[in-house]
Amino acid sequence: MNGISKPILQLKNVRKSFGNFNAVDDINLTIGEGEFFTIVGPSGSGKTTMIRMLAGMDKPTSGDILLRDKRINDTPANQRPTCMVFQSLALFPHRTVGQNIEFALKIRNVAPAAREKRARELMQQLHLPADYYGKNVTLCSGGERQRVALARALAFDPQILFFDEPLSAIDYKLRKTLEKELKDIHRETGKTFVYITHSLEEAMVMSDRIGVMRRGKLIQVGSPNEIYSAPRSRFVSEFMGDVNVIPVESNGAGSVRSQALGAAFKVPATSIEAKAQCLVVRPEFLRFLDAPGDAPNSLKGVLYNEYALGSRIQYQVRIGEKVFLVEKLRQQPFKGKLDDEVIIGWDPENSIMVADE
Amino acid sequence: MSALNSFFAQPGRRAAMPILVLLLLGFVAPLIAVVGFSFMPPRTFGLFHEPSLENYEKIFSDNTYVSLLWSLGLASATVVLLALICYPVAYGLVRVFGRWSTVLTLLFTIPLVVSENIRLYGWVLFFIKGGVLPGTLKTLFGAEMGDFLFTPAAVLFGMVYVYLPFMLFPMTLGIAMVPNQMREAATDLGASRWQVFREVELPLSTPGLMIGSLLTFVLAIGAIAEAKVLGGQRIIPITHDIEIAFTYAQNWPLGAALAVLLMLVVSVLVLAVLRRFDLDQILGKR
Repeated sequence: MNGISKPILQLKNVRKSFGNFNAVDDINLTIGEGEFFTIVGPSGSGKTTMIRMLAGMDKPTSGDILLRDKRINDTPANQRPTCMVFQSLALFPHRTVGQNIEFALKIRNVAPAAREKRARELMQQLHLPADYYGKNVTLCSGGERQRVALARALAFDPQILFFDEPLSAIDYKLRKTLEKELKDIHRETGKTFVYITHSLEEAMVMSDRIGVMRRGKLIQVGSPNEIYSAPRSRFVSEFMGDVNVIPVESNGAGSVRSQALGAAFKVPATSIEAKAQCLVVRPEFLRFLDAPGDAPNSLKGVLYNEYALGSRIQYQVRIGEKVFLVEKLRQQPFKGKLDDEVIIGWDPENSIMVADE
Repeated sequence: MSALNSFFAQPGRRAAMPILVLLLLGFVAPLIAVVGFSFMPPRTFGLFHEPSLENYEKIFSDNTYVSLLWSLGLASATVVLLALICYPVAYGLVRVFGRWSTVLTLLFTIPLVVSENIRLYGWVLFFIKGGVLPGTLKTLFGAEMGDFLFTPAAVLFGMVYVYLPFMLFPMTLGIAMVPNQMREAATDLGASRWQVFREVELPLSTPGLMIGSLLTFVLAIGAIAEAKVLGGQRIIPITHDIEIAFTYAQNWPLGAALAVLLMLVVSVLVLAVLRRFDLDQILGKR
């Protein structure tokens, strides 16, 4: 699902200041109906402030937030048709699983029988055992609570569902399962999901589009594929796992030069308008060469160390002070020994020019 | 003998002996003595007379139970009034001062360093005819104040005043324990302010309310100075009867019977409340 369908949520020059500090700085963004949009950023990038404004727990200092073309800046959270799953989940400890899920319906004075029916439907949809209905929510495991929190939000039947890093405290294996489940739920419900995380990896798995935030600004918005294969800045490229970044200067058409390495490289014919530029090569695109001429770009170095990453093996190659990472599939390991002189190289089309910021 | 040996084989039981002996001597023995005395003939001073129920008969035939009812009534009224007064105060403290609120509440305990009797006599000077309040009212507005001092209302006032910190502190703690995200989550799910309070804040702060109520009830039922000083002996609480029996009347068995009765009533009430609200459940599973 690419491109924006009918817009549901629009942000226009939204800013949130605390004193002189702009936690969220002049954000313009349109989120489409039924989209799974993820905002990614390191801690302190302003993403939590952003989602709190979207959910109605904070008000923007300036700018407008529009929900289906209606300005909702001053609409309090309890009057917005949106709902949030909190980082802490904020489940009510004095209530059972069923009562937690039914909370929004109870607030709306839905009859108890209808409430229970809806809660049981949601429990089934989210793979919660039926006998959990009367269970104290504090006795549930981490993954179960996660599902209860999601069910509670879905029972509200929101137009947009917000998520504030709900999976950050969950162990790796369960998190991977829940990420996929969440995407399945997104498909089943067809609702708009706006998700916040500090993990670009998590964002990649689930999102239709990703917005990368840094110091209160949205620095790049695009599909997971665009963010991965065409980052516009060094920051975005480094956010998605290990990359090799070489600061370079322009050296005529299709060529750049690295002062530190004393070498010139062929690059793809894209233009970057930043003053300072970097050449980015992902480790999986670097390969070991028999001779320097075997690839358009090559460098000589020393094999310093190797790390097993499961399906792949990562090699650390040092060229002077500079460290390069090369990855190979586990089935095709590099046969060199540590401290061997090695030649590494890559094809220009597998490298990306980004702004050095 | 071998049973005793196997009992002491566990090091934990041996290690528990000192505190066990201390508790038996310092806590259980006096209690047994009091219970024992309550079954002795009136005006005797030994524990080895023939047991009788005479003291208990006397309590119910002699309308001494009236003072027990006064004590229970005043203590209950004190708890209810304190809950009504302290909840809004504690709520305000927590919402305004956040995590500093519990520290601030400790300031309310400063008056406790002054003897209770002295503080109560202070109130006598405040309310007495021509005292601070009636005198000021009369001089400034020519208004005559009705009798307040030496009425049951004055006793109740004194009890509420004295036991306020004991309700406020646990209550503030209880309200401060409600995570802010719970409020936000409830609001986000559509709850109005009042619904957030009823559905989330009040139930989650119940432990504070319960502990404060139990504490103040147990303290208030043992109150004696308020009735003496502010009540002018117009009401006789059970504690006063017990004191008289042990001192002036030199009737230890009657005093012991009254004490046992009071203990029973308080224990039954407290246990009933604890059964109704499982403190462990509310406290343990936050």
